[in-house]
Amino acid sequence: MLNAKIPAGPLETKWSKYKSTVKLVNPANKRKLEVIVIGTGLAGASAAASLAELGYKVKAFCFQDSPRRAHSIAAQGGINAAKNYQNDGDSVFRLFYDTVKGGDYRSREGNVYRLAEVSASIIDQCVAQGVPFAREYGGLLSNRSFGGTQVQRTFYAAGQTGQQLLLGAYSALQRQVALGNVKMYNRHEMLDIVTVDGKARGIIARDLVSGKLERHFGHAVLLCSGGYGNVFFLSTNAMGSNVTAAWKAHKRGAYFGNPCFTQIHPTCIPVSGDHQSKLTLMSESLRNDGRIWVPKKKDDNRKATDIPEEERDYYLERRYPAFGNLVPRDVASRAAKERCDEGYGVGASKMAVYLDFAEAILRYGKIEAGKKGDDNAGKEEIIKLGKSVVAEKYGNLFDMYAKITGENPYETPMRIYPAVHYTMGGLWVDYELMTTVPGLYALGEANFSDHGANRLGASALMQGLADGYFVIPYTIGNYLADELQTKPIPLDHPAFVETEKAVQDQLDKLMSIKGQHSVDHFHKALGKIMWDKCGMARNEKGLTEAIGEIQALRAEFWQNVRIPGSQHEFNPELEKAGRVADFLELGELMCKDALQRKESCGGHFREESQTEEGEAKRNDDNFSFVAAWEYKGPGSSELHKEALTFDIVHPTQRSYK
Amino acid sequence: MKLTLKVWRQQNSQEKGRFETYQVSDVSKDMSFLEVFDVLNERLINEGKDPIAFDHDCREGICGMCSMYINGRAHGPWDETTTCQLHMRAYNDGDTIVVEPWRAAAFPVIKDLTVDRTAFDRIIQAGGYISVNTGNAVDANAIPIDKHDADAAFAAAACIGCGACVAACKNSSAMLFTSAKVSQLALLPQGHPERKQRALNMVAQMDKEGFGSCTNTGACEAECPKGISLTNIARLNREVLVAGLSSE
Repeated sequence: MLNAKIPAGPLETKWSKYKSTVKLVNPANKRKLEVIVIGTGLAGASAAASLAELGYKVKAFCFQDSPRRAHSIAAQGGINAAKNYQNDGDSVFRLFYDTVKGGDYRSREGNVYRLAEVSASIIDQCVAQGVPFAREYGGLLSNRSFGGTQVQRTFYAAGQTGQQLLLGAYSALQRQVALGNVKMYNRHEMLDIVTVDGKARGIIARDLVSGKLERHFGHAVLLCSGGYGNVFFLSTNAMGSNVTAAWKAHKRGAYFGNPCFTQIHPTCIPVSGDHQSKLTLMSESLRNDGRIWVPKKKDDNRKATDIPEEERDYYLERRYPAFGNLVPRDVASRAAKERCDEGYGVGASKMAVYLDFAEAILRYGKIEAGKKGDDNAGKEEIIKLGKSVVAEKYGNLFDMYAKITGENPYETPMRIYPAVHYTMGGLWVDYELMTTVPGLYALGEANFSDHGANRLGASALMQGLADGYFVIPYTIGNYLADELQTKPIPLDHPAFVETEKAVQDQLDKLMSIKGQHSVDHFHKALGKIMWDKCGMARNEKGLTEAIGEIQALRAEFWQNVRIPGSQHEFNPELEKAGRVADFLELGELMCKDALQRKESCGGHFREESQTEEGEAKRNDDNFSFVAAWEYKGPGSSELHKEALTFDIVHPTQRSYK
Repeated sequence: MKLTLKVWRQQNSQEKGRFETYQVSDVSKDMSFLEVFDVLNERLINEGKDPIAFDHDCREGICGMCSMYINGRAHGPWDETTTCQLHMRAYNDGDTIVVEPWRAAAFPVIKDLTVDRTAFDRIIQAGGYISVNTGNAVDANAIPIDKHDADAAFAAAACIGCGACVAACKNSSAMLFTSAKVSQLALLPQGHPERKQRALNMVAQMDKEGFGSCTNTGACEAECPKGISLTNIARLNREVLVAGLSSE
């Protein structure tokens, strides 16, 4: 059994007690300690900036042209925090409780409580940095609701919350760059971890412009490299989002936790054709006002606006009266799939449901007319007023929808369908965010820790910033305090030489294949296998087949991929090839993990394990554990378990009815 | 649709570039502009040719990475739209489309349509932040901010740092980019302690990077995919003037 090193004592005092007893490193010694940070999203940028402020020497790496581009920037809806500014009964305990329940009882109580505890400080920090959150006329901060909760605790900046939070962390990072405390490496990709005597001591990175390999030493290495949703090819992730840093770490000894836990987001713009390169999310905040429905009649080809009210099935409101359209993501996604599979889907592909704002427009219009004292306003006037309110709330999302689909969502309902969005799984870490490789940490989406089997909306931003601003600055000291005597390891040490050679060999191999098919060809094929057999619903037969198919596809990739150009230049196809090579290994592990977990929980739905009503059915007796996989050579892995115990929140059948 | 693409090809920063012409067919109106490049690149790879290098990442108009100069306009014909959000409904069968990289001395070409925009990072490093270490903050609601100021700060903060303003400007000026950050922080009380040095230092860095001067043509505002307003430049000028007059 794995030990997560959760501090002893009552839940409420674990973190404060840890903080006041953890080892410290004095300022003079911090200057001698070097930390490498991979990735500059919310977790990476906040960690790099905070550690540099403390005095550590930091090197930060990103594959994009600037650290500000990391995909945290695309998060739309908001960030949760237990501030209780709305006086609606929120508290640290409620945020903790909602998150453990939302994660379907597959996360650690100790970690989640700490997350809820530091959430309020995140908002304070961001406001101090100048993050322009939405405000009320009184000048105080505004909140809204998100799925899976009954309070208003989500802070937001229009539909661009991730952008504003990331730019806050980015500016803090740039300040440290200017002060000389952080050395920034743009357009660099980490291709391997260097370990010496079992400890992480550095990385091999490739300068993506020149193609040169570089060796970098660090007393500790932080992986803040995001999630692996792009294993599905089509996802809401950025085109460059990848698993390579985490996967290379896995192959060097870091266990991979719950790889099968992926989040399929219910409200995305549906696929329009074979050319599709990525999917676009429509924020969960839209479910505050939008109503989801399909026709009551199968294969109904009428225009949405021609279908009368009584012939519409508002299936979420019907099935889940308590939460209605604001059920958690996993529940909403499965319900959409169920309707479409049964033949009630809409649009040309029939793989979509409606998200309708007509009623919200009327409701807001009436309120506005009332404010003006216009009791005799006609329907047209009311609709006009209502549209302007909806535009103020969601205008940027409506515009984006119109650009992509060519349809006007103010006039006709949006068509939406679930898409891969986030991965709860990731590198296994203990309470201190350290992986099973000493000195190697994983933060943010790259780790598996806080969301269990399903993440609640507006909690990813919270976790990324909690890890970077408020957790790692404390926990890393506990390791580095014992490293004061470790001198920087020379870059000609055999460990650096050997690791660089392994990286070089892989690059040579990839370039030498000169096969028939592009990298995207293989990526699309992998994505199809994963979506069909390890997507929203999984079963033993499909997963077993998928493993065989992925192995065959991987073998073909290594014989038949075609990469143009050379490795000694800017070569985006070579970058993609390395990432897809890793996805081809990860995909198999995800299927293995999904196969062993013979229960349904959160985003992981095993068709063999469901209630009579078709809801996910957990099996706490046999599966109340974290699955942590150890790499044992190509295609081979060993399962380790971390038992989950619940002292405070007692697992029950999750109900949103 | 069938289209003719004339695309700038340049092996690296040292070599001279040239336009290459490509015919593409089977373009659907639902495709995004970058998906046409995906399809073309797939074909070039299959033909054993070098695919076109272009920057892109989020493909939802927010990361600021995509950067194509299309038929003489930064990010193409649609207003307030990044290249990745431009869809082929904008074009008709038989159209010819000329695609170039951002052209500015401060944005050297790396390859084809990819340019180096690290000058923007260095402008931010010169002062585009509030000096507050992690853990030093007061309660978020201890600083009430007038909603109009907060909204104006947000509007300025919406800049995605793509560089379209520089590409659109005949002087290759980075004033809109720089002023957006200066404005955001000048409008918020948290930004006041450093506002003078911030304005002076960021403008100095902008000049050092080789961006041109502003002559108020307004091309930057017209081409900005996020609708960043020219009034930010006026505010920057005022900040610099006040800082200059009151400096010691």
